[in-house]
Amino acid sequence: MNAFLLQYLPILVFLAVAVVLGALFIVGAWALAPKHPDPEKISAYECGFNAFEDARMKFDVRFYLVAILFIIFDLEVAFLFPWAVSLMKLPHATGLFAFWSMLGFLGVLTVGFIYEWKKGALEWE
Amino acid sequence: MGLDSALTIAQPELLLAAAALGLLVVGAYSGRLAMTLVSWGAMLALGAAAVLAANGPLGQAFKGAFVSDGASVFAKVIIYAASGVAIFLGERWLVRAGNAKFEYPVLVLLAALGMGMMVSAGDLISLYIGIELQSLALYVLCAFQRDDARASEAGLKYFVLGALSSGLLLYGASLIYGFAGSTRFADIAGAVHGPASMGIVFGLVFLICGLAFKVSAAPFHMWTPDVYEGAPTPVTALLSAAPKVAAMVLFARVLAQAFPHDVPQWSQVVTAIALISVTVGALGGLVQKNLKRLLAYSSIANIGYALLGLASGSEAGLQAMLMFMVLYVIDVTGFFACLLALSRGGKPMETLPSLAGLVRLRPGLAIAITILSLSVLGLPPLSGFWAKFYVFKAAVSTPGMEPAAVYGLVMSVAAAFYYLRIIKTMWFDAPEGETDAPPLDARLVALGCAAFSFPLVIPALAVLDPLALAAAKAFGLA
Amino acid sequence: MDLQAIAFYTLAAIMLAAAGLVVTARNPVHSVLFLILAFFSGAGLFVLLGAEFLAMLLIVVYVGAVAVLFLFVVMMLDVDFVSLRSGFAQYMPVGLVVSGLLLVEMVMVSGAVASSGAAAKVKAAAVTGRSNIEEIGRVLYTDYVYFFQAAGLVLLVAMIGAIVLTLRHKPGVRRQNIADQTARTRKSGLSIVKVATGEGISE
Repeated sequence: MNAFLLQYLPILVFLAVAVVLGALFIVGAWALAPKHPDPEKISAYECGFNAFEDARMKFDVRFYLVAILFIIFDLEVAFLFPWAVSLMKLPHATGLFAFWSMLGFLGVLTVGFIYEWKKGALEWE
Repeated sequence: MGLDSALTIAQPELLLAAAALGLLVVGAYSGRLAMTLVSWGAMLALGAAAVLAANGPLGQAFKGAFVSDGASVFAKVIIYAASGVAIFLGERWLVRAGNAKFEYPVLVLLAALGMGMMVSAGDLISLYIGIELQSLALYVLCAFQRDDARASEAGLKYFVLGALSSGLLLYGASLIYGFAGSTRFADIAGAVHGPASMGIVFGLVFLICGLAFKVSAAPFHMWTPDVYEGAPTPVTALLSAAPKVAAMVLFARVLAQAFPHDVPQWSQVVTAIALISVTVGALGGLVQKNLKRLLAYSSIANIGYALLGLASGSEAGLQAMLMFMVLYVIDVTGFFACLLALSRGGKPMETLPSLAGLVRLRPGLAIAITILSLSVLGLPPLSGFWAKFYVFKAAVSTPGMEPAAVYGLVMSVAAAFYYLRIIKTMWFDAPEGETDAPPLDARLVALGCAAFSFPLVIPALAVLDPLALAAAKAFGLA
Repeated sequence: MDLQAIAFYTLAAIMLAAAGLVVTARNPVHSVLFLILAFFSGAGLFVLLGAEFLAMLLIVVYVGAVAVLFLFVVMMLDVDFVSLRSGFAQYMPVGLVVSGLLLVEMVMVSGAVASSGAAAKVKAAAVTGRSNIEEIGRVLYTDYVYFFQAAGLVLLVAMIGAIVLTLRHKPGVRRQNIADQTARTRKSGLSIVKVATGEGISE
């Protein structure tokens, strides 16, 4: 085990504790809680009526549009991380090139952003 | 790395990227005029890119990831021209269909950029990114008529199967990278000497499967008829032309430049795919009533012939493949232009029976379809004959390929049946009723392509032959 | 067996189990949740390989964004998933043959790796003492600038595609337009009408 992985040991310990604790609660609730189910108790409750329809409802497609636009900019940010970490450590000329190369990348996506703004994709009627 | 020289080598692609970005903003701001303005801007950019590609410097850029050589230049000129024609055909068509969104030319431009990157790929990563850029734009274009259930289905089907094929391709690429230690084609060729290891062979097979999917060669052709039928007709015209050229050139480049020592291995696989495609295309087309589906099977068969040229694994074979693709692209664009020109009562005439007696209603278009059918069928001295002539000549002169060539010839006779049925329906059946006046743009392209098929092809061959030979030399196979 | 090996086998086992459950779970929402579990275990495996940037990316992008998008899509499609499964048994044999072939290939490839080592001809990357993220940053924007810019264009196409295919404007939606509101003057907003006695106003 090397020093790098040792940094992640707390996370491993945390995961183990979380799994054990979670399992403990579920098993505990199952083993200790009183259970006397009958059909009325476990049926879906809707103000005394029988359920009218399925609880699942269609989502509007606009949620999807927002989510996908979010993913695209999320990826853009993901590209910014290594850039931010390494930019100042590169030799000057290379660093300058890396700077402008990132600006080119951001420029492409900014054009996309102008387009989607102008199209009204960011409006929620 | 000399950035300046890299930028000059990649000039056509830079121009296309800049034009796509610029036109996107112009389109967003220019309201009603957007469609016309952006379409003509995009056509202009494609034309300029083709000129730049033809006159630009050759060489490698970005440490071999981007290659500009005879083959890429040859392919780029065809691809950009075919994409320009698709915009020309699509613009008016979409206006008539009431869906004049300026994203159409922008997406075609971005797809053309992806195709340009594909034919210039010198690295597995640029291969993949080029394919993705091209495919992603084409998926959207297939579903462009989003209120039409069939178009949405076509887009979705193409997307899901395309994603699957990209997965296969990536899996193959990762195996090759793992066993060869590099993604550059030249380095892979250097690392793979003598008998290829198990990992390389499997990687190569997966890569070929993924690429066969992109050129819609059987047994990876399942998506083709459905997508061709459902997609808007100008998009189908684009799909059947430019992306096929790009994928074939990429296919040839990755096999010839990354695996020059394993020609017998890949030649075997490609021959098998070619013969299955020829069979599926010839037999599947016999039962089709819908013309777009019929053309889909025709394109599967024709890709089979092009692959036969590639399977020869020689310079003559690659030249035959390139010649075949150019001549085929012109034929198929003409065919789809004819379909775009024909409508009856506002509905496109897409079934075979609807063409009945066309020669009495629209003699010009009927003669164009006749010439194009006879050409694809391979009747001398039309362009399709010369295309097949090159392929079979290359195949026959390769030792061991003779049976495959004979089989291909037999299947081309079987496929002739459905082209002859089109001609018979048009010339000898009774017409169903008047057709609408054909739009000028589609008629122009249709007649132009038919005129190229015969007689313009004869002088054109004299020009194309040396160009294709020079392009084939760039692949570096003996 | 040291801790590293235990972590590897645990994470790999969880990932395989979760991947299997993605396919077999009856409720598609559960499938997505199992997919998230598979992504998490994958991130853990990346950490074990020393690729911490990829691990974090997997969590930020795939768990944080892609999985949420999948949930939206699953909830958006009001399809009867039971009826979708009806063809499952019919296509099962073909699927089994294909996956069987893939399995055989994987075994053969891993055999090849075990016997000769995958990239036997390649020099191992020099140990520099720099972190994974910095190593990526040093080459991604300079040596691989072509791929980087092309990736930007792919994202742009995705953006255009999403808008072309899903954006619809409902007719007759009234939006607040602040510029219009502030530009209102007495002249444009007010009119004085002389009303005759007993007649009222009709529009």
